[in-house]
Amino acid sequence: MAHGAAQGARADGTFYVEGPVRLFVLASVFWGIIGFTVGDVIAWQLAFPALNLDLPWTTFGRLRPLHTSAVIFAFGGNVLFATSLYVVQRTCRARLYGGDGLGYIVFWGYQIFIVIAALGYVTGATQGKEYAEPEWYADLFLTVVWVLYMAAFIGTILKRREPHIYVANWFFLAFMVTIALLHLGNNMAVPVALMGGDSWTKSYGLLSGVQDAMTQWWYGHNAVGFFLTAGFLAIMYYFVPKQANRPVYSYRLSIVHFWALIFLYIWAGPHHLHYTALPDWAQTLGMVFSVMLWMPSWGGMINGLMTLSGAWDKLRTDPVLRFLVVSVGFYGMSTFEGPMMSLKAVNSLSHYTDWTVGHVHSGALGWVAFISFGALYFMVPALWKRKSLYSLKLVSLHFWIATLGIVLYITAMWVSGIMQGLMWRAYDDLGFLQYSFIESVEAMHPYYIIRATGGVLFIIGALIMAYNFYRTIKGDVAEGAQDSVPATGAAVGAQG
Amino acid sequence: MADHPERDEITGRYTTGHEWDGIKELNTPLPKWWVWVFYITIGWSVLYTIAYPSWPAMAGFFNGALGWNARSALEENLAEARESRSEWLTQIAAKEVPAILEDNTLRSYAMRGGEVLFKENCAPCHQTGGAGAHGYPTLADDEWIWGGTPDAILTTIRYGIRDQDNDDTRVNYMPAFGDDWFTDEEIEAVAGYVYALSHGEAPAEGPGQTLFSQQCVACHGPDGGGVPMLGGPPLNNRIFLYGGEQDDIAAQVRNPTHGVMPPWENRLSDEEIKQLAVYVHSLGGGE
Repeated sequence: MAHGAAQGARADGTFYVEGPVRLFVLASVFWGIIGFTVGDVIAWQLAFPALNLDLPWTTFGRLRPLHTSAVIFAFGGNVLFATSLYVVQRTCRARLYGGDGLGYIVFWGYQIFIVIAALGYVTGATQGKEYAEPEWYADLFLTVVWVLYMAAFIGTILKRREPHIYVANWFFLAFMVTIALLHLGNNMAVPVALMGGDSWTKSYGLLSGVQDAMTQWWYGHNAVGFFLTAGFLAIMYYFVPKQANRPVYSYRLSIVHFWALIFLYIWAGPHHLHYTALPDWAQTLGMVFSVMLWMPSWGGMINGLMTLSGAWDKLRTDPVLRFLVVSVGFYGMSTFEGPMMSLKAVNSLSHYTDWTVGHVHSGALGWVAFISFGALYFMVPALWKRKSLYSLKLVSLHFWIATLGIVLYITAMWVSGIMQGLMWRAYDDLGFLQYSFIESVEAMHPYYIIRATGGVLFIIGALIMAYNFYRTIKGDVAEGAQDSVPATGAAVGAQG
Repeated sequence: MADHPERDEITGRYTTGHEWDGIKELNTPLPKWWVWVFYITIGWSVLYTIAYPSWPAMAGFFNGALGWNARSALEENLAEARESRSEWLTQIAAKEVPAILEDNTLRSYAMRGGEVLFKENCAPCHQTGGAGAHGYPTLADDEWIWGGTPDAILTTIRYGIRDQDNDDTRVNYMPAFGDDWFTDEEIEAVAGYVYALSHGEAPAEGPGQTLFSQQCVACHGPDGGGVPMLGGPPLNNRIFLYGGEQDDIAAQVRNPTHGVMPPWENRLSDEEIKQLAVYVHSLGGGE
């Protein structure tokens, strides 16, 4: 689009910092494939425990945090860095604050953090806090990297040449400010060596018992809320209107649902601790705030889907837009399911079952990963100055194979989760439990195989994407691909 | 730069007049249904917090108009369960296992309860349905090391086997014949004899037969039929706890493995142990 030039930004892209953004894109693909693969390995381990291999560093207990951190923080994190730095410069018409140098420091700092954290998981150095496993030294290092990242982002906003701050940037800001707060709040710990012990790699948290549990889930839930929701809504707000070439549906809705979302989300954590030692009053509040969160979450879905008014036909021809739009659909589904599962009556059935795992993955695979794929497919030709992707047919193949994988995954987990919950609470007419725990485990077996098979499809899709990027960056265009390249979308990005 | 609202041809709406990197925003009002559902969830939440324990204060918290709390709800639940079981449990407490077996209604209750208890407590070693595993006796057949009468089963469950801290536990120790007792040749001879015996082909005489009749019959019976009083397992069939090949038998003669079972009186109530005895008795061949 010609706006770049018209607004004074040089259309060849030299105006914006792009080197670090390109690296973040490549790192996203790399860590994504690793994270998906480790996830699938542990999925097979659940179906066939012998795959734990009887080695400490390949057991489920150590690989599971490796999987969650790799997909959330390494894959998702790098996507957020890539997109936020890409979007903030273009929507502010300003070169990144700190330039290439600060960008590269943030990039390598974050990758070093990932490696330190991952080595800790497999060797058994962990705080034992879900999604916050890295020990104190990794946490402190990440804090420095995060401050530099925020300096680059906020510095760019401060020197913007647009009168207003675009909605995507509000969401990016909410994401990075809140994550900083959560990270500091949940990782208050003292190394054992400072308390008279001899270990510098082990630490203990300042809080204990139910206070620790509450803080952990204040963190855990808002990692979902601000890392995987606010951050990725920011991605949605830039890449959906760009790829659809349509104006955002409603400015007012974006304001109202933004403030409602960030105000309500932060209180919803206690719903992870229903029917535990957490006092009843805190459980109640966690639940009602989760229920009130339903519409603010759906505000984002409405704005994403309705932006396609007048452009729905593009879904037929543009697989990149299909990724973006289907992800918004999954987002709507997960953010309805979440408030429903926070209801205590539903939670008494769903808690501790595979239903929770299915819920998380409909959000993680369907929403987070799909919107990430869409954004990556948009950015790669734009960042490497290619006219188009190597092959839209491969994008389409990736879309269908990954969608099939997700469907297998989440339906298997719904069935097995609800079955698990029902088996645990089944009584016979004499008041005896109908099933023992091990019988419920045996009943899970076929669903674990289906789930792991879905995971294989999802990984194959990601490998197809990696190949497509490799050929695109090389400068190749598949035979006959030009005909199917839509007039807008990825090709527009290349000029923007 | 578009600094004035423009009309969007497709929707008929005007934009806000802002533009970022080519992205414009329509000035569409909030969808009515969205606003109303949002209000309804807020209204419902307010009502819920009035009904249930909710808002915290400096000390304590609002208890909720319904007076509900998780702890008393759980206690009520447990009391209800205890109440519904008490009728059955009183009868079980009052009767011995053989009497329970004769009372059809009581027996079917004990069978259900015993099955649940078995799955949670016994199946990890004895496997589902008492199928057994290497080192863990099968309970679904009619061979019993310590006796298969209801009372014998009850005693085994209650006091366990070779438990160091229980005076009533069942104890026996087969000597390690490899310790300066039998020579290697003698061990092979007796193992060969027992292997033949288990296949119904025991020779009437020979070194194995001689050693067996001197050293083994006291506990395993003159024809290898077992002595349940002493916990001496039968050797005249192919049911072996630690394997029935000649090498397995030789290893067990040389330096026997002695399994243990915990005394369940430490963990289960007397009524529960009786239900388990009824269930186990029914699995294969209760005597």
